[in-house]
Amino acid sequence: MAKIPVQFTLNGAEKAEFFDSGTTLLNALRDKIGDTSPKGGCHQGTCGACSVIIDGELRLSCLTLAETCNGAAITTTSGLSQGGVLHPLQRAFLDAFATQCGFCTPGMIMAAKVLLDHTPDPSRDDVVEALSGNICRCTGYEPIIQAVLTAARSNSQNAA
Amino acid sequence: MALALQTFSTVKDANAALKAAGTRYLGGGTLVVRAANEGDVSVSSLIGSTEPALSAIIVSGDKVRIGASVTMAAIARHPDLVALARAARAVGGPAIRNVATVGGNLFAPAPYGDFTVALLALDAIVSTEGGEKPIETFLAKRESNHAIVTEVGFTLPAEGLRFLKVSRVKPKGVSVLCIAAVLEQAPDGTVSSAHIALGCMADRPMRAKAAEKALLGKKLTSDGIAPALAVASDGTSPVTDPIASAWYRNEVLPVHLGRLLLA
Ligand SMILES: Cc1cc2nc3c(=O)[nH]c(=O)nc-3n(C[C@H](O)[C@H](O)[C@H](O)COP(=O)(O)OP(=O)(O)OC[C@H]3O[C@@H](n4cnc5c(N)ncnc54)[C@H](O)[C@@H]3O)c2cc1C
Ligand code: FES
Ligand code: FES
Repeated sequence: MAKIPVQFTLNGAEKAEFFDSGTTLLNALRDKIGDTSPKGGCHQGTCGACSVIIDGELRLSCLTLAETCNGAAITTTSGLSQGGVLHPLQRAFLDAFATQCGFCTPGMIMAAKVLLDHTPDPSRDDVVEALSGNICRCTGYEPIIQAVLTAARSNSQNAA
Repeated sequence: MALALQTFSTVKDANAALKAAGTRYLGGGTLVVRAANEGDVSVSSLIGSTEPALSAIIVSGDKVRIGASVTMAAIARHPDLVALARAARAVGGPAIRNVATVGGNLFAPAPYGDFTVALLALDAIVSTEGGEKPIETFLAKRESNHAIVTEVGFTLPAEGLRFLKVSRVKPKGVSVLCIAAVLEQAPDGTVSSAHIALGCMADRPMRAKAAEKALLGKKLTSDGIAPALAVASDGTSPVTDPIASAWYRNEVLPVHLGRLLLA
């Protein structure tokens, strides 16, 4: 089977690996690179648990072929904390009880991060829209929406 | 199952590669890669093309050409394509829209193909290397199309594009049905031209020809549109899926068409 060399940055660190042709980015990250923060919920594009950020855009790693990521900058939830300090979104998810079983959480946080990167002061509707591709079976969504709004507020306070 | 991906810089070379058995063109991959993940072994090789024209949006006056690789997200944020933003935003969630292409949407089976419903109401032209086809003709024979769609072209309607997607989950859900309409009205308010396209009312987007005809010469009032609503389901054969039964789709179509026409 053909092995394809692929190079990208993952949370700022250079990665170079050989993948079987046709490997999804989700399997590449989890099984080869060892970053298990993106979760495989459905492998159909439906649940959003595998969401990652590729070159600033929210993407589903289960529907992305690893070999199409050559030269890309990939961010996953495992790259968010800095020196043991949680990212404001991670902190807000914990404080708002927005994570229960936690399976959806890394995908939710990726979707929320892309939103806040582009829209630092989102409305509730903006948050709902941004998270609309992510499914949570535990929380009932409201705590997640509140966590994202809280993180946005704490970001703007920090910036002020 | 290993999937080989071959990417070509020109559509010509990609079209040549697509002649081999077991190949399929890769757009954004939301349907193709999903099928592979689900165990579809009929495809062993994916073919892509990076030809820049495939990703171009060209607007000159009211004439629009959109390359087949343009994504729903790119259309939704394009300042000159505001008329289409609603239809582009109807497709999937944000991550799907970042990769879902116009070309792939033309091939998406019901309950998908929401954007194509808008293109059908716009009477778009679908281009391949071999030439151009009206979208209605293209859709009727899409299974036998083996050439890469390069772009779609249409004229922005002076009176706007009406678009409605009905789904159970908001804001992102699969269509119960969707409707797009391009109407022209005479100075006295009567309808002088009507293009109405329906999604999920057959295995692919279709025109509501009987309703279009019944609208001509009528005003957009409850009385004026009543004859059109009475024949809205003429010729439909909706899909039955976990979202809705064919019966339900036919029952609610006139209600939603009425709302769109009176909006
Ligand atoms: C979770 C989820 C939600 C979705 N929600 C919606 C929705 O709400 N509405 C909707 O309309 N769709 C929806 N879809 C379906 C799909 O994402 C869209 O229809 C999308 O536009 C398909 O485009 P693509 O580029 O991803 O297609 P691909 O998967 O790349 O291709 C689909 C098919 O089209 C062919 N093809 C693609 N481009 C070309 C071309 N240029 N020339 C010739 N053949 C081509 C491919 O060979 C393949 O057979 C959803 C999908 C998922 C996974
Ligand atoms: S695993 Fe990718 S969307 Fe569910
Ligand atoms: S916390 Fe369990 S799925 Fe969201």
